[in-house]
Formats: sequence, structure tokens, C-alpha cells
Amino acid sequence: MSKLNTNSNAYIILYSAILVVIVAFLLAFVFKALKPMQDANVALDVKKQILYSLNIRNLDGAEAEAKYAEVVKEEKEENGQKIYLCHVDGEEVCVFSMKGMGLWGGISGYVAIHDQDGPTVYGAYFNHEGETAGLGAEIKDSQAWQEKFVGKKVFKGSDYEHVALSVVKKVDDAETQVDCVTGATLTSNGVDAMLKAGLAPLMQQLHEAAEDCSCEAAKDSCQAACEDCSCEAAKDSCQAE
Amino acid sequence: MALFSKQNKEVFTNPLNLDHPILGQVLGICSALAVTSQLKPAIVMGLAVTVITAFSNVIISIIRNTIPNRIRIVVQLVVVAALVTIVSQVLKAYVYDVSVQLSVYVGLIITNCILMGRLEAFAMQNKPWPSFLDGMGNGLGYAMILVIVGAVREFLGRGSLLGFQIIPDACYDWGYINNGMMTMPAMALILVGIVIWVHRAYFYKEK
Repeated sequence: MSKLNTNSNAYIILYSAILVVIVAFLLAFVFKALKPMQDANVALDVKKQILYSLNIRNLDGAEAEAKYAEVVKEEKEENGQKIYLCHVDGEEVCVFSMKGMGLWGGISGYVAIHDQDGPTVYGAYFNHEGETAGLGAEIKDSQAWQEKFVGKKVFKGSDYEHVALSVVKKVDDAETQVDCVTGATLTSNGVDAMLKAGLAPLMQQLHEAAEDCSCEAAKDSCQAACEDCSCEAAKDSCQAE
Repeated sequence: MALFSKQNKEVFTNPLNLDHPILGQVLGICSALAVTSQLKPAIVMGLAVTVITAFSNVIISIIRNTIPNRIRIVVQLVVVAALVTIVSQVLKAYVYDVSVQLSVYVGLIITNCILMGRLEAFAMQNKPWPSFLDGMGNGLGYAMILVIVGAVREFLGRGSLLGFQIIPDACYDWGYINNGMMTMPAMALILVGIVIWVHRAYFYKEK
């Protein structure tokens, strides 16, 4: 090797600068070259997750794409939340995407709701960024746990002020509550909070509809009873609420 | 020097037994505890560390005469970090499912003491090919321990291996319960201790 003074300041500075530039170029190149493939993978993964929440699992890439196109009819976005309107087995199912915080990082989920005597969970799928394997990660890895959500009601009776669907340590109401993952209390609490926030638009929509209904009902019963101004007054006071 | 001369063979086989990174040199303990609660991430992590150790050894060995002494740790770190980032991106592009499962762990390879340990102790003083063999040997030795600990922890802690249920439901009905402590890192430490004990008793010869 030539007689390079590898300990001179000038050499050190020059060496570091060149090393950093080479590494930066290399990494930038790798990122740029792989980005299209990664984005495609991520997009396919999102589609697969939505299908999982519709209880359609075990499909590989191409099959998943085809099934997704067949089943998902419309995609809406409100306040940053994506809602997918789907048609599965002749039923209308609405998939709500949601995001929340677990113990170590973000968690997300897709909950499919259909109408079966009130909004009922058709299926659910949850994901996480860095929960503990075997504990918090079970929200994603345990299909059995996700399937516990199937058939649970979102609201208790016609109380549309609160989302009753929740994840709790001790299940008091089997109709709306799911037992949390053993040893993963904080992650489960995160899922619980995420459900409440994610299903809020549904709650909003039904809450408003319920108010309208009672107004309509009041108007109808009023008009049935009589046809004069006092009915108008009743209708006005109702709509004022 | 022949490709697989006696000396080179020793370079490869030493870390598998006498000079084992975890059992002999006691390096890389941290991720051996963290990644092994299940067998599959343990296997992929072992393979990833083997590949990265081998190639970073080669790269550092090639440029070893040009590295200024005062920043040599920094340079080693830059090389390892760049390699880990590239491997992580390649995994994300080509085998997305696996990379999602290993999301946090691949980044942790940068912090694995085995890499820096081998770069300092071997790659800085040896030629590229022996450095490659040394990297492979250490990586595989590490992978071996990860697989053993991962298998025991997953089997006793969850009754499965690689995600497949091994312990039949009949056992659970008789009263067998999964050992919950196995899913915690503390148990991994105890298991590694037991493996070191067995290794020292039967395979280790004092030099």
C-alpha cells in the first residue's frame, strides 16, 4: 500500500466526506430503485387486510387483487378515515379503517360492519407496528381473537350516544364486549380506544338519523291527531332539538 | 493460500464451537433474548445476521488499510448501518410478508455486538476471504443458538413450532398449561445460561 499518512487531519476529513457521500448515494439509489415494488407491496397488503376483515383469508397476490375488485365497490374518505363499501355474498358490508396507539407504537385495524338487527360486526382485522411478539402482537397474529368480534353489536339497543363495542378485561355483556388479549392489557386498551374513535362516524350518522326519526314520528303522530297549527308547533319544537 | 486451507477451515469452524460468539465470547446476547419468543423470526434473524456479518467483514477487510485509526469505529458503524438498511429495504421489496414480521428486529441488527466485535477483532487485521469465512462462522453460530432458544421458548411457551400447533388439545384438557414465562426475555436469559452450561460441560476444552 502507498505511504499514505492515514492519521493526518486532512486525510481523515476527506475520507469521512467521501465515505458519507458514497453511502448516501448508495442508499438513495437503493431506495429509489425499490420504491415502486415496495409501494405495490404495501397497496396489495392493504387490500389483503380489508379482505381479511371481510373474513376472506388465504388468498395469494393475484387472487387477492381479483377478489378485492369483485367485492369492494366504493371507497370514501372522511376526515382522513377511509371507509369501504363492499358487497359480499349478496350483503352490503361497510369496512371502517382505523388507527390508534398500542404499547410500543401505532396500531391499525379494519372493522367490517353489516346490518343484522342493528349494526353488527361482520369481521375484523388488526395490525400493529411494533407490539411484543406473543403478547400485543396477538391482535394481528391470532385469527381466533379477531373472530371473537364477529357477531358483536356496535351499539347497545338504540343507544347511539356511545359505541358499546369494546375490548375489556372482564366481559359483562357478551353482546358487545370482547375479552382482551391475556398479558397485553395496554395493547388491548389501545384497540378499545381505536374502536371507539374509528366507529364514531357510524355513531354520528345513526345518532342524527335517530333524532330525525323521532322528529318524523312526532310529526306523523301529531298530524294523525289533528291538522291545525298546534301540530306545526309540535313539529317546530321537535326540529329545534 | 488455498480457499479452504486448514487455517481457513479453522476460521470458519472455531466460532461454531470453541470460539462461539454467544457461548464463548458472550457477544450478541441482547437480540438473542429479544427475537427468540417465536421460532420463525429467530430463524430469519439468524440468517440476516449471518449475511450481514459476512459481507460487512468483507467490505471492512477490503478497505482496512485505508481507514484512519481515529475514526475506525465510526467507519465500521457506517458500513454496518448502510448494509442493514439495504437488506431491510430489499426484504421489504421482495419478501414483504417476512419483512413485516421482522419489522423492528432487522433494524436491531445494527446494535448487535457480534458485528462490531468481529469487525474490530478480525476484519481489521485479515484478508477478505478469511474475513468472509469468519463472518459466516460467527453468524451461523449465533443462528444456531437463536434457533435452539427460539424452538424451546415457542414450544414450551405456546405449544407450537413455526406457528404449527404441536401439543395436541388433549394435553390441554388434561391440565397442561403453556408456560407463560417462556414468552418473556428473562426466560431466554436463563435458557442461554443453561446452553452455556451444557456447552462448557461437554464441548468446551480449555485452551
